Amino acid sequence: MGLDFSVLGGFWGLLLQGTLWTVAITVLAGVLSYIGGVLFAVVALYAPAVIRWPFRLFEALFMGTPLLLQLFLIYFGLIQIGIDLPAFVAGVIGLGLHFAVYNSELIQAAILAVDKGQTEAARTIGLSRWQALRHVVIPQAVRAVIPPIGNNMIALLKDSALVSVIGVAELTLSAQQAISRTFRPFEFYLAAAVLYYIVNLGMEAVQRRIERRIAASR
Amino acid sequence: MDFELIRTVFPFFLKAAWVTVLLSVLTAILGLICGSLGAAARLSRSRVLRFLGAAYVSVFRGTPALIQLFLLYFGGPQIGIQLDAFQAGVIGLGVNAGAYMTETIRGAIIAVDRGQTEAARTIGMSRWQAMRHVILPQAMRLMIRPLGVNINALIKATALVAPISVVELTYTAQRYIGSTYRPFEMFLLAGILYLIIILSVGRVVGWLDRKARIA
Repeated sequence: MGLDFSVLGGFWGLLLQGTLWTVAITVLAGVLSYIGGVLFAVVALYAPAVIRWPFRLFEALFMGTPLLLQLFLIYFGLIQIGIDLPAFVAGVIGLGLHFAVYNSELIQAAILAVDKGQTEAARTIGLSRWQALRHVVIPQAVRAVIPPIGNNMIALLKDSALVSVIGVAELTLSAQQAISRTFRPFEFYLAAAVLYYIVNLGMEAVQRRIERRIAASR
Repeated sequence: MDFELIRTVFPFFLKAAWVTVLLSVLTAILGLICGSLGAAARLSRSRVLRFLGAAYVSVFRGTPALIQLFLLYFGGPQIGIQLDAFQAGVIGLGVNAGAYMTETIRGAIIAVDRGQTEAARTIGMSRWQAMRHVILPQAMRLMIRPLGVNINALIKATALVAPISVVELTYTAQRYIGSTYRPFEMFLLAGILYLIIILSVGRVVGWLDRKARIA
């Protein structure tokens, strides 16, 4: 069976729709992972030991296991405790949590890197410990960490293909739907790869722009 | 927590963990080979080779590993490549890991001071001799830890062969989640085995790194 790329013709709509869903999942999970990363970082650094240690264990478990396994846990685990989420929501939560743990590592390092004098100055002018953290330290840490988080977001785009396995209709699943009708895996997976690559190039361009702007504002 | 159930399924998880280890080792070996070739191409004097090296890195890092794997396994037969799921897993994941390793190896080589090459060339070494006797021994030390990070990622990426039905840890966990309705226990079991594998590899990498620093 040779290759015949004309079979793609009738399915561009489906593939483009899948691409849009992939972008939507990446953006939603990306925002979730950023907010989650800040929260996790604060918990990992400042929560009382009773919360901090179990949390560190959760972090180790999430950083040391494959995303696919975590997606199965979240999708089937939530069903088991009676929460039947649509696959799309479970996928966004799974991706978001996974990358929140990675972002948290970056944000923790950034928080610790903010000069101690900043906290001392804030405390001197009468801010509480929490206020100093909230208004002085975190805003600086969150900015410092944007470039490495950009790399995580590009990784997130590629890992979003995994949510096809729990049935989220994004680009990979769209390609599979087309394949089940045409029996042409090579053509459609290649087309999907090209579409992912284009979105990836777009994200890299956006990342470079943001990094330039940050560099200029310093 | 149902310990009786965990005891019953544990042998199956152990067997699956062994498949994950085997997959990881073979993938890492292929990744290192592809990474070395990729780095050599990217640092070559030939413009064509440099372009091919850069294209390899860009394409394989710019698209999902899952898609690359599906393209090879399901699409391969259309262009005359017949592989079983395990072989496709090793080749697909190995070539993918090689793209990341290319950048790690190249980074370590260009981190060695340029003056070293110039000095070696001045005392009459050829370009290749300078690379072989002066640059690589130093670059080797620099690349151990970052390659360890690549291998850590690669071990987790072996889970991607679960959708093409290779019976490794994630596939086994998924199967038992489906048949026992005990997602947390199965996740914990597979998770601990993954952690053991990853921490052991971390130990080996740390040991190699210390040895290289003493030498």
